[in-house]
Amino acid sequence: MFSLFKGLWIVLRHAFVKRVTVEYPEKKPVLPPRCRGRIILSRDPDGGERCVACHLCSAVCPVACIALQAAEDAHGRRYPKFFRINFSRCIFCGLCEEACPTYAIQLTPGVEMGEYKRQHLVYEKEDLLISGVGKYPGYNFYRVAGLQIEGKDKGAAENEQPPVDVRDLMP
Amino acid sequence: MSDTARSLVTIFAVLLGALTLAGGFIWVERRLLALFQERWGPNRLGPLGLFQGVADMIKIFMKEDWVPPFADKPVFVLAPMLIMVTTLASLAIIAFAPGLVVADLNIGVLFFLAMSSLGVYSVALAGWASNSKYALLGGMRAVAQMLSYEVFMGLSLMGVVMMAGSFRLTDIVAAQKSLWFCIPQLPGLAVFFIAGVAETHRSPLDLPEAENELVAGYHTEYSGMKFALFLLGEYVGMTVVSAMIVTLFFGGWAGPLLPPVVWFLVKTLFLMCLFIWLRASFPRPRYDQLMLFGWKVLLPVSLLNLAVTGAVLLVRGA
Repeated sequence: MFSLFKGLWIVLRHAFVKRVTVEYPEKKPVLPPRCRGRIILSRDPDGGERCVACHLCSAVCPVACIALQAAEDAHGRRYPKFFRINFSRCIFCGLCEEACPTYAIQLTPGVEMGEYKRQHLVYEKEDLLISGVGKYPGYNFYRVAGLQIEGKDKGAAENEQPPVDVRDLMP
Repeated sequence: MSDTARSLVTIFAVLLGALTLAGGFIWVERRLLALFQERWGPNRLGPLGLFQGVADMIKIFMKEDWVPPFADKPVFVLAPMLIMVTTLASLAIIAFAPGLVVADLNIGVLFFLAMSSLGVYSVALAGWASNSKYALLGGMRAVAQMLSYEVFMGLSLMGVVMMAGSFRLTDIVAAQKSLWFCIPQLPGLAVFFIAGVAETHRSPLDLPEAENELVAGYHTEYSGMKFALFLLGEYVGMTVVSAMIVTLFFGGWAGPLLPPVVWFLVKTLFLMCLFIWLRASFPRPRYDQLMLFGWKVLLPVSLLNLAVTGAVLLVRGA
């Protein structure tokens, strides 16, 4: 019986507490850097595309919103011929980012993606590709990978031994 | 002729005022609940979000008026009308100010009780005609809750009626010239207030709706304007119960300085805000707790109140 009035009193006291609502369009909250928002494709420090078109992101995507086609340029580097994310399907789960072996696809803290036309939510490669490195500044896939491309032979990558002739018994 | 014109004007004034108040009160409720919960509530549309109610109204008008194929069509349509009719009819006997009353019945209190009893039909029939399990559960709860709380509601008012010696609301207001009945009839006021919350099935006694357990209870299947009628009926019902409490226990329109209508409105609005305060504070009781509380606490209290009032009046009269 007494607790009922105590409850009323507590609720009344809360009427004079500062309100917690962030009034969004006027006051934009700072989103944490690991927030899963707008998806981007990043470049390596030299300005080349990081994406090697391995299809892992589109394979892992639970809503199948990523479409891409692989191609190879004159230097022997793979790249996506087109890269398309349908953001009307995307659930921002971040699995593509986890699957990506080259840190190319990244989720950034951006949420203001509203569009009036559904078609405008389909982002092409030029919409996704940014000029920067995103969350991983120093990383360049071809500099650490053992893959042979033009201008970098096998064994020339960072932390890589020269290749061993497996048919040779000599140490 | 002028009498007819006068009563017509009164009817429209009361109708318009009550519906506007009930509609606008949805905004007040949302803002107040937000205040209690440290939020802002609707504050975008118009000054302080005042036009939110208008926007909601437009939206609900645009909704498809749909009757589920499995429902009992005529009863399904009838049910929301009933609640509006009964609550608006009980509005007719409320005296807002001297002369500003649609029908100054000599059985005013009884009429109010009769109308709120009829209102149970609306909820029960809505639950039954919807022909779905949640609606039926809600309807069943509504019948049990409202019928049992009806008993104490009537009994708690009898003390007031005994003290005033009349069922007429204007007489009851006149009888509170020297002392508001909220002081000698405090148990009656408490019982009537709780019963009023149960009758209008407002939270915390909103078991017929109970959206956490029964989807939306008796109006699960309703949409569009029919749902709006239920909603509006609930708010008009809340207004009527608050106005009745003001009339019966808080001296009606009496008050210094300000005109009587303003006093009446201020008191009514205060009580309606109390309803919202209760809603913000208390969790919903379990169903059996509700019934137990009604029959084992409220009924004895109201009976005791009745007996003591009768005895005191008898001794004084002798």
